[in-house]
Amino acid sequence: MFCYLDHTATTPTSPEVLKAMMPYFGEIFGNPSSVYSFSKKSRSAIEKARSQVADALNAEVSEIFFTSSGTEADNWALKGTLEKAKISGKNHIITTAIEHHAILHTCEYLKKVEGAEITYLPVDSEGFVNVDDVKKAITDKTALVSVMFANNEVGTIEPVAEIGALCRERKIPFHTDAVQAAAHLKIDVKAMNIDMLSMSAHKMYGPKGVGALYLRKGLRPESFMHGGAQEKGRRASTENIAGIVGFGEAMEILQRRLADDLAVNSARRDRLIAGILERIPHAKLNGATGKHRLPNNINFSFIGVEGETLLLDLDAKGISASTGSACSSESLDPSHVLLALGLKHEMAHGSLRFTIGRLTTDEQIDYVLDVLPEIVAKRRAMSPLWEDYMKTQKGE
Amino acid sequence: MALDYSQKVMDHFMNPRNVGEIENADGVGEAGNPKCGDIMKIYLKVNPETKVIDDVKFKTFGCASAIASSSMATELIKGKTIDEAWDLTNNAVAEALDGLPPIKMHCSVLAEESIHAALNDYRAKNGMPVIPMEHHED
Repeated sequence: MFCYLDHTATTPTSPEVLKAMMPYFGEIFGNPSSVYSFSKKSRSAIEKARSQVADALNAEVSEIFFTSSGTEADNWALKGTLEKAKISGKNHIITTAIEHHAILHTCEYLKKVEGAEITYLPVDSEGFVNVDDVKKAITDKTALVSVMFANNEVGTIEPVAEIGALCRERKIPFHTDAVQAAAHLKIDVKAMNIDMLSMSAHKMYGPKGVGALYLRKGLRPESFMHGGAQEKGRRASTENIAGIVGFGEAMEILQRRLADDLAVNSARRDRLIAGILERIPHAKLNGATGKHRLPNNINFSFIGVEGETLLLDLDAKGISASTGSACSSESLDPSHVLLALGLKHEMAHGSLRFTIGRLTTDEQIDYVLDVLPEIVAKRRAMSPLWEDYMKTQKGE
Repeated sequence: MALDYSQKVMDHFMNPRNVGEIENADGVGEAGNPKCGDIMKIYLKVNPETKVIDDVKFKTFGCASAIASSSMATELIKGKTIDEAWDLTNNAVAEALDGLPPIKMHCSVLAEESIHAALNDYRAKNGMPVIPMEHHED
């Protein structure tokens, strides 16, 4: 059975979205910046997509700027805001220890090149940022607060509205990376006092290579892409029309399905979590539970087992999953997110993430619950770490 | 990141040889630590007359290449004398597996080090001088 359980990595472009995109690869190819009437169709396609995205967020149409990715939106928000704030002597960014690398590595860059000061807020054992910590970290030099809406590895949903209210009160721009959250949750940028928000189309059954930055009216971060006058002169480069059309379509479809998907995914998520806890001894759920967790995220650590071995064993059974273990990455360090949650190295190395979505069926959940216990048991049986762990358990 | 392992690595990972423990082993050695995500433990049974390794078992916590390296290394030293086994290098283990991704070479080092630790344990128990271990950069 082929089981794609890595919807957080990416999703397939839905057939309806692809259909909406197709004309813009062929007959409607005009450059939106051209003057002749033929190009008007390209321009109006982009504007339709912009209003589809704006409507979903309760934003103004003029507040949506298309980018090439969520990563670009993050880069723009952070670099553009800091560069602008430097003029008034502000060089401090507050963010968290569990951000995506698109934020963390941009912060490192700003520290190195612009001399920015970065505060990385800690999280608790379930991955929550404490709003009081944000409050305490604010200084008169703070140029920006950037806290992710929901974490990509463990699915914890942050108290974004509370942080937004705090930042609005202190008149500090608040950015949130909603690349994962926007694919599952209702977001209202006005009610939540969000000033900037990053999104990506391919996490929500749209195409790869297109994202957006919501920029509240009145904010003018420096541009990130310089060149032509596209996106009201704020983001140069000829528009990826087909991609943008696909993004708009994907966003609109998502809003129609949001409530149903939330219910279906949450039920499957909780069934998979309960099944694993019941069938696999000494399994540890990483992250929060219930409505504080993304409806599609399941993340476990299995003491004594290394994550990459689980991925390969699962792959041999047709199941695609993900791990926070170093062994599946270029570096030798395990996931910074799991370490920030306070996991020991060996537990972080032993993590396994399933992320469900539109391709998931109830049969697939049953199938995973059938094969996973055997795989974990097989690898534990050959693990000296498991042997030591069991000795300490018996000794108690 | 998808790692492209050789067929031999995948074979030794999916069907590891010599997994387990030896009760009253003549030599036991361990290398690695949980922080790095790899621990390898080797058990030896040595013929007291011939000094030939009659049996060898391993237990490993680690990624696919760590498990495959342990499995292959045990295959390579089984039936060898303790002196021959000492000369097994990490490169020989990696070559026998048709290569390891560069970032995974440390797994083959772990195999060499755990075998050295087990051989030294045997030597110490049998009144033979312990051989100083070389420290690998890998």
